[in-house]
Amino acid sequence: MGFRRKDLLGTRDLTAVEIRTLLESAESFKEIAERPLKKVPALRGKTVVNLFFEPSTRTRTSFEIAAKRLSADAVNMSASASSVVKGESLLDTVDNIQAMAPDIIVVRHRFVGTAHLIAGRIGASVVNAGDGANEHPTQALLDLLTIAEHKKLGPGLTVAIIGDIAHSRVARSNIWALTTLGVTVKLCAPPTMLPRGLEGIVGVEVCRRPEEALANADVVMMLRIQLERQDRLVFPSVRDYARIFGLNRQRLELACPDAIVMHPGPMNRGVEITSEVADGKRAVILNQVSNGVALRMAVLFLLGGQGHE
Amino acid sequence: MSEKTPSLLLKNGRLIDAGQNLDGRFDLFLVNGKVQEVAVELDVVADQVLDLEGLWVLPGAIDLHVHLREPGYEYKETILSGARAAVAGGFTSIACMANTDPVNDNAAVTRFILEQARSAPAKVLPIAAISKGMQGEVLVEMGDLVEAGAVAFSDDGKTVPNSKLLRHALEYASLFAKPLFCHCQDNALFADGVIHEGEISARHGLTGIPALAEEIDIARTIMLAEYLEVPVHICHLSSRGGVELIRAAKARGVRVTAEATPHHLFLDERAVVDLAYREPLAEESKPATLCYNTDTKMSPPLRSSEDVAALRRALADGIIDAIATDHAPHEATEKAVEYELAPFGVVGLETALALALRLIQEGEMTPLQMVARMSLAPAAILGLNDRGSLAVGMAADLMIVDPQREWVVDPRKFYSKARNTPFAGWHLKGQVVKTIVDGRIVFSL
Repeated sequence: MGFRRKDLLGTRDLTAVEIRTLLESAESFKEIAERPLKKVPALRGKTVVNLFFEPSTRTRTSFEIAAKRLSADAVNMSASASSVVKGESLLDTVDNIQAMAPDIIVVRHRFVGTAHLIAGRIGASVVNAGDGANEHPTQALLDLLTIAEHKKLGPGLTVAIIGDIAHSRVARSNIWALTTLGVTVKLCAPPTMLPRGLEGIVGVEVCRRPEEALANADVVMMLRIQLERQDRLVFPSVRDYARIFGLNRQRLELACPDAIVMHPGPMNRGVEITSEVADGKRAVILNQVSNGVALRMAVLFLLGGQGHE
Repeated sequence: MSEKTPSLLLKNGRLIDAGQNLDGRFDLFLVNGKVQEVAVELDVVADQVLDLEGLWVLPGAIDLHVHLREPGYEYKETILSGARAAVAGGFTSIACMANTDPVNDNAAVTRFILEQARSAPAKVLPIAAISKGMQGEVLVEMGDLVEAGAVAFSDDGKTVPNSKLLRHALEYASLFAKPLFCHCQDNALFADGVIHEGEISARHGLTGIPALAEEIDIARTIMLAEYLEVPVHICHLSSRGGVELIRAAKARGVRVTAEATPHHLFLDERAVVDLAYREPLAEESKPATLCYNTDTKMSPPLRSSEDVAALRRALADGIIDAIATDHAPHEATEKAVEYELAPFGVVGLETALALALRLIQEGEMTPLQMVARMSLAPAAILGLNDRGSLAVGMAADLMIVDPQREWVVDPRKFYSKARNTPFAGWHLKGQVVKTIVDGRIVFSL
């Protein structure tokens, strides 16, 4: 078997074999969504805790559906309902959850390395569902699953990632996963949203202008602009951003004729992407969401099934 | 008031003293807390004789930069626990920063610190704040503080953003011939950064602190000191750019001095995600998976490997005058949190000497240079003419070092209350076996 880990904390240290194993497993879970009875007994009796310190609807729901379709018991714990607000330390919270003997903890937190900190503390498997601007491995893997439906995922493929790279865990996890498979990644962001220090990564090309990044791209991945960052002197206005970096029909012409368009959601329509493109034939944005459930089933299955071996 | 200090004869040790430019086999005779005689061979009657064959005798190290946390944060460290850690590391004098609670911005706090230090094994030198409450708005009563025993002024941990206030502080302190110790940082560029802005911050999504944030403020501070023709001391230099600013200023004759910490001389940004990347770590201490170790979080942050190389060169050629620890104790639970939430700072008193010896072992400096950076220069920066060297008449503050003794850094064995060191598990060679303050043995291994 190609995936034997206690935790899935990031794509940074995954091998190509591990990534392929996860994708193949996800492939086999896809068809469950089409059954009238969308449930398999794979994780019956297992407990999955969704521990979200940061508000999230879609990722949490996706993990919850994935767990339930595997017959695991899924419990949601959100930060507002937990004792974090009472000043309890993260590790105390985690110790308390561990005392209830969960099998898998899915964690999202606004700070980098939180999943790693938790994973080092407890025996349960930990899935990183986003730690600050660091990693969001299941998002990247579901992106890869989606790309593989349309393209040959490997050397020769070019993926353009455009948007707020500095603050994007989606971008980082995609960079690691894609480059590990030999895919070329072109990054483009306003200079204020492009951290210094990404140039040296093998397989990564940093572009100044979106036109450069789009040229010959097989996949165009647009990132969400966090509008609340405006007051942090990072960009002058949404209007200015949309004009220079937004993906519209004309700009998409620069990419390969059969290029697909992706977005991790939630979208700011009219900012980083026009509705015309987002709802257009080349957009695979909703496929990403569907694939998210299958991919997360695969992750939970591969982590949760280990206890039986 | 105190009983007579027994006289002590140190035989057959290797005396390394930059103040006298001596490196060789000498005997020392210590009487009444002072150095009475230094000679190749001494045959005098002493209350106690120590045969130091194979050992080094060095002037006690003087740390320009420690945080003793008392008053206010006694759970992190006290003056007593900090002083015990100091003498265990060969430091006989330690200058403590003002960011206590209350801040050491008035004579009452300075007197309190000195009162607490009476029972401490090391000499404690209080550094007073520059501004009241370290708020950067109003000058402290410098005259009153100097009278109470303040040896320098610093708002360490913070910069003094108001250039006019900094100017007046430099001018006013020069009246008392007391130095300002400047923590240089442009607050807007520093912002909410947690590690050095570079490859690691970019790749791990941690907010970066550019070296520029430090260098811009060093430039401002140097310009003020140059204009006013007063001395200034730059704390914890961390970047190549900072080194070049100091080098150029010294060449122009500006009276600027600088310190660097052992952690900035040994670790770079990679330590944040992988403390195991350097050789000396014991195999069993290597983390199994990627971890963000909060014991690598300090301000200024660990910078690039080029910066480390530049600091090492600057230490050897004297652009960096002193090694200071920036000993910053924190309680374990304060550091056992998310990296971004962890407080800045690491302890250093009990590892600094062995790390400095390692710089000698790595060929970065000579033993005499090490003594100059750890004893002679710090004494000169503080204007203390009774210590920093073991010439006749100086205070008998010294350490005896076994240069061959190998040990592994085990934070559980620290005298400090705190354990937050990035050097846990390091194999080091050379350890303090005895520390003597005013002629009395205050530490024995």
